[in-house]
Formats: sequence, structure tokens, C-alpha cells
Amino acid sequence: MKKDISKTRYSLIIVILILILTFAIAFFSVIGTANIGVIDTFRIVISKIPIIERCIDISDISKSHETIIWSIRLPRVLLGALVGASLSMTGAAFQGIFKNPMADPYVIGISSGAALGASIAIILGINISFMNLSTISIFAFIGALSAVFTVYNIARIKNKVPVTTLLLAGIAIGQFLTAIMSFLMVIYSKDMAKIIYWTMGSLAGKGWTPLISITIPVVISMTGIGFFARDLNIMLIGEESAQSLGIDVERTKVYILILGSFLVSMVVSVSGIIGFVGLIIPHIVRIVLGPDNRILLPSSALVGAIFMIFADTIARTIISPVEIPVGIITALFGGPFFLYLLRKSKK
Amino acid sequence: MYTLEVKDLSFSYGKKAVLKNISLNIEKGNFISIIGPNGSGKSTLLKNLNNLYKPDNGSIFLDGLNIKKVKPRELAMKIALVPQNTVIDYDFTVEDIVLMGRHPYKGRFQKEDESDYRIVNEAMEMTNTLYLKDRIITEISGGERQRVIIAKALAQNPSIILLDEPTSHLDINHQIEILNLLRKLNQEKGTTIVVVIHDINLASRYSDEIILIKDGQIKATGSPQKVITKENIEFAYNINVEIDMNKYSNSLYLTPINE
Repeated sequence: MKKDISKTRYSLIIVILILILTFAIAFFSVIGTANIGVIDTFRIVISKIPIIERCIDISDISKSHETIIWSIRLPRVLLGALVGASLSMTGAAFQGIFKNPMADPYVIGISSGAALGASIAIILGINISFMNLSTISIFAFIGALSAVFTVYNIARIKNKVPVTTLLLAGIAIGQFLTAIMSFLMVIYSKDMAKIIYWTMGSLAGKGWTPLISITIPVVISMTGIGFFARDLNIMLIGEESAQSLGIDVERTKVYILILGSFLVSMVVSVSGIIGFVGLIIPHIVRIVLGPDNRILLPSSALVGAIFMIFADTIARTIISPVEIPVGIITALFGGPFFLYLLRKSKK
Repeated sequence: MYTLEVKDLSFSYGKKAVLKNISLNIEKGNFISIIGPNGSGKSTLLKNLNNLYKPDNGSIFLDGLNIKKVKPRELAMKIALVPQNTVIDYDFTVEDIVLMGRHPYKGRFQKEDESDYRIVNEAMEMTNTLYLKDRIITEISGGERQRVIIAKALAQNPSIILLDEPTSHLDINHQIEILNLLRKLNQEKGTTIVVVIHDINLASRYSDEIILIKDGQIKATGSPQKVITKENIEFAYNINVEIDMNKYSNSLYLTPINE
């Protein structure tokens, strides 16, 4: 395979992907069970923008359409973009530090920690709210971070964290927490359906509130990971080489782990566990654009966002009014496409 | 003034002492080979010299400065390491890899500029890898890859290059090619070369100085004539050898003798 993408074209690729994402956000906001036209959709959105709002009169559009677009679809699409971008970028970064193609954002226990946290919240049925996030979200967030913290400290030997130990500790802790969750589900069987549904992941019915709460920390964490692109590149050719080039390998790993775990814990706590995106999108982008993290990380984020809102649109429309958990769609549509690319690139 | 001074260096993996009270001086501009049996501590010594491993005791001075006090980036501007058998599984181009050698000179938000590309080009010319520039690193041969890794080291603009068995998985033609390249760097750029190598004949042919290590201690150090003696080699490697002059290479030649 010949790589024909030069560095000067990196910014062009990013610009194109941003344009596609913008278009996708607009396009997928229009699609839905309720048939609302393109022009009406845009008028509703524009009418919400301060200052310009006065120029737009939407009194001819029914209130219910306005609610569907503004309070349901748009925040859902934007949340989908944020979730897809976070999972995919973290997946790319984790595959880099673990030097393992099987690594995904959940590999160090985030998903099972979050699921256990959410299960406990569901079973307890209590209602506390913090920063406008639901009880389930808060418990899932705490569960995810505690799991990662435990895995990290188990894997740490003196000041070093061997990646194999980290991966194995992540798998072991993950299985352990999943077992506790299954146990809880057996005992509290009336909550089982709700727990299972949560673990399959969904972007339905979240509205603006969680989106507003997580956007800023998510964007900051993503930017933070982006700063380490060149260090990650050099670490790919060997930790000793990286160290001899003046990179503090252990510290870089810790930064990436902290930023990635924080990022994924946040989105998972809102959306549940959406699989596949964080594992496969980085591989697809790597096959097409090459391994350079300076293009891989931002492109993964953008492609992840586009793919997620595409999958979610299918999830909410394909057998509407029934909603399919979006995780099912991501694997169902992404899997074959990935296999196609994999076969093609190996030939 | 020595460029590298090692004083009473001790290092252990857990409880296993690997280096015991090593003291040695490396003169600027020399070509130095470190030889010794497997597990004698050669590679460990090399990694201590580069501050990859922190010694339990003793200290290492680079141009008079304790390397513990030198920042990793600044150390990388002076010492480059070519690790043993670098395997790269990712489809970087050769130029990408060599460009990584410029990392110590670049701030986090700084892009590589023209002068970096010029230095990278020179490094590739020197190592005869310029024609590979746009090739993918995973698709070139072992000998070519080793030259690319050396080009990356050169791009660091170091005064010392440490190499850990750079020839161990290459055929004889490529072994000579790599050693000739190192000699060229040594003679033309005055780069101090410190190489861990198993082939004693090649070591005595190319080196100004040889360091013989056994069981984490220096057994002999000095010119090839001084170090490569029947007594030293038989003691260190536990075999019977005969040593004479090779009339073609005009260097010492060792032949293992079966009892």
C-alpha cells in the first residue's frame, strides 16, 4: 500500500471532514418519524439563534414540530456527534499507547465500572442531581472512574505501568464488575430490563441538559489528547526509542489514560455503553489515512461523530416508532464495512 | 577531557546485580566496541549511559555534567540510541521516521520547518536512505531499516551514538555496510560511536577501543591488540581460541578451536 497523503493535505482533510460533519448534523436533524420539511427545520433552528431570531417568524409552524426539532432531534444529533467523537478519538489514542489493535476505550474497565454504577443507581431508585446530570449518569461516571483507578493501581509496578499488565488487569476487573452487575440483576430482577437497556446504549430522550453539562469538559479533554499526537507517534516505534528522544513515556501514558478515561466516562455516563465505534472507527481511519496521530486523532473524532449520528438516525427511524439501541446499529453497519476495508488493504 | 565518564556504576534488576562497580572513560571521537558473553551486562550498560536506566550507585558524566541533571530533551540532543532490533508495525514513511529524530528540538506546538527537513535530508543522504524517503517502513528490508534508524539517530545531531547490536540480525554484507557507515560518521563527522557487538573480529577491525565485560565487570579495556588476547577471550567466553593477524583486513582474527 502506498501512502499518498502528504502533510500539507492534512489540514485539507480536516476541513473536508468538518464540512461533512456539519452537513450530516443538518441532514440527520431533518430525518425522522415526524415529517418536517428541510426549510421548516432550518427556520426553527435559526429562530433560536439570538439576534437573528427577530427576523424569523415561525408562527405558521406547529408548536409540536418546533418541540420535535429543537428539544428532541437537534440536541440528540449533537450529543451523538459528541459521543461518537469522544469514543473514537479515545480508541485511537488507547490503541496507540497500548500498541494493541484490540484496545478500545472500554478496555481498562470503564464500561463495566459505568454499568455497575448505573445498575446500582437504577436498583436504589434514588434521585439526586448534580450539574444537571441524572442519578444514573453520576453513578455511572463514578463507577467508570473508580474502575479505571483500580485497574491502574493494580497494574502499576513502582512507577511503571507495563501495558500488558494494564490490559490484563482491565479485563480481569471488567469481568469481576460485570459479574457483580449480573448478580445484582438476578437479585433485583424487576430492574433487569432497564439495566440491560442502559448497557446497550442509547441517545434517546436526553435533551439539552446533559449535552450542555459535558460539552466543555469533553472538548477540553479532546484538545488535551491532541497535544500528545507527536509523542504518540514516536512511542509507536518503541518505548526505548521514545525515551531516548526525550519523551517521558510513562508520564505521557498516564496523561492519555487520565484524559481518555475522563472523556469516555463522561459520555458513557450520559449515553450508556455504545460499542464498536471506539474500536473500529480508528482502524478504518488508519487504513485510509495512515498511522500518523496528528491526522489520525482529529480525523477519528470527526469520522466517529459522523458515523454515530448516521447510526443513531437509523436506530430511531428504521422500525419507528420502536427505538433500537444504537450500539446494535453501529456494529451491524460498521462491521461489514470494516471487514471490506481490511480485506482490501491486505491485498 | 572525556566525553563520557562512568564512575563506580552499579545497576541491578531487582536483586540481581547486573553491573558491578563499572568505571570507564570514553574519549571524544572514538569508535568503541563493547563485547562480552550473553547476559554480561553490555546492553544494560548502554542503557545506563543513555539514562534510560537509573543506576543504583555511581554516576555518569557527559562532558563533565552528571547526566542525572541533564533534561531528557537536552540529553537527546547529545546522545542518540539505536536500540536492538527496532520492529515497527505501523505504516509510517521512512521520512516520517527520520523526522522523529528532530523531536528534541521541537516544542509541543512547533511544526517541523525547513531546517528540520534539510537536516533530515542530510541524514538520509549520509546513510544512503534518501531513495527510500517515501517508502513505508514496514515494507523495506532489515538492512535498509537499520540504516533508516541510524538516519533517525543522526537527525538528532548527536555527538555520541550508542548502538545495541546493530548488526545482529543482518547478513554479512549488510553487517559490513552498517559498520562502514558508522566508521564514516566517526571519521567525517567526528561522532563518538559506542557499539555493543557480538562479532569480535568485526569489533577489532573497526574499533579504536574495545571494552570487554564479563559478569557485570570490566575485564579489559583498551586497543584491540591489548584486549583481544588469547587469555582474555578464553577467560571471558570459556572457549579455546587462537588469535592471529588477518592479512586481508590487517586486523586481529579470532578462531575458536575445538578441544
